[in-house]
Amino acid sequence: MTDEPLDPSRLDDLDARLRAARAQTSVETEGQSRGGNAGTGMGLGFRIAVELVAGIAVGTLIGYALDGWLGTRPLLMVVFFFLGAAAGVLNVYRAAKGLDDSVGLGQATRRRDGDLTNGS
Amino acid sequence: MANPVEQFRIEPLVPLEVGGVNLSFTNSALVMVLSICLVTVFLTMSVRGRALVPGRWQSVAEVLYEFVANMIRDNVGAKGRKYFPFIFTLFMFVLFGNMLGMIPYVFTYTSHIIVTFGLAIVVFIGVTIIGFMTHGLHYLRMFFPHGAPLATAIILVPIELISYCSRPFSLAIRLFANMTVGHIILKVMAGFVVALGVFGIVPMAFLGGVTVLEFGIALLQAYVFTILSCIYLHDAIHMH
Repeated sequence: MTDEPLDPSRLDDLDARLRAARAQTSVETEGQSRGGNAGTGMGLGFRIAVELVAGIAVGTLIGYALDGWLGTRPLLMVVFFFLGAAAGVLNVYRAAKGLDDSVGLGQATRRRDGDLTNGS
Repeated sequence: MANPVEQFRIEPLVPLEVGGVNLSFTNSALVMVLSICLVTVFLTMSVRGRALVPGRWQSVAEVLYEFVANMIRDNVGAKGRKYFPFIFTLFMFVLFGNMLGMIPYVFTYTSHIIVTFGLAIVVFIGVTIIGFMTHGLHYLRMFFPHGAPLATAIILVPIELISYCSRPFSLAIRLFANMTVGHIILKVMAGFVVALGVFGIVPMAFLGGVTVLEFGIALLQAYVFTILSCIYLHDAIHMH
């Protein structure tokens, strides 16, 4: 397409303008939080539903596997079902609060508070 | 009316069985190979010119590159740069799978949970290994919330552990469910168009809108899958 040698001064000019434009956009996007681009309300709702089900399913599966291994058939499955439900609700809380999927709620809250105090 | 879930049927194209394990080359595998070839050809051909002022194709390739590069920079930070090749490959594979699936008669491999789960479990295992390599056994501290009383560990640690283990499931289910549901809706609506005769114009119009929405979802889900992988990577690298 553009095979003719470009004027170096024009190139420098373009470079400077590109840098200015990039700085502009980075300033604009800086104010947004990390989890702010989670998507639409429908996306968030769908995500919450999936998180809840996944937590319970994984908890029950772990309990079932442990039961088969230790030979305590119904006991651990029941225990892990409730633990899984708790984990699911915890994940939903995280998703709804925009704390991403980070494990360790205290850590996520601290990071968010840290982000807030660090400026932006 | 055609069966709306028939489109997800796996059909072996080249039957192959090794030691009792079915290793047939299926229609799903065909589209995967096709999408990898398309991505490779598209990226190599479009940047072959190396023009300073990019043409149309080079622009598209550069936009995709910068999109993923910015995603990693914003969500993982400077340390995540070395994982760019993997994240970019993941993004392109999911994106092309979703987009190729929108072409009529092309199989959508992201509509099978084993495919999305395979991708998610690779991310999950990789992130866990990176976490242990970066922090050693200190990484296990992640499962105990900072500042909680020690007595609560007996209940908090299993909950955090389950929460951690449910990541690949939620990642896989989200992509799989979105693609499957979208394709079933399209098929059911298309069935109504034929069944209603002249009045089929109503579902036909609806179908047009849903198709546009589906293209948006195909793009969005590839983005969501990649950004969640980036967030998991961030947690593994910067856990403090």
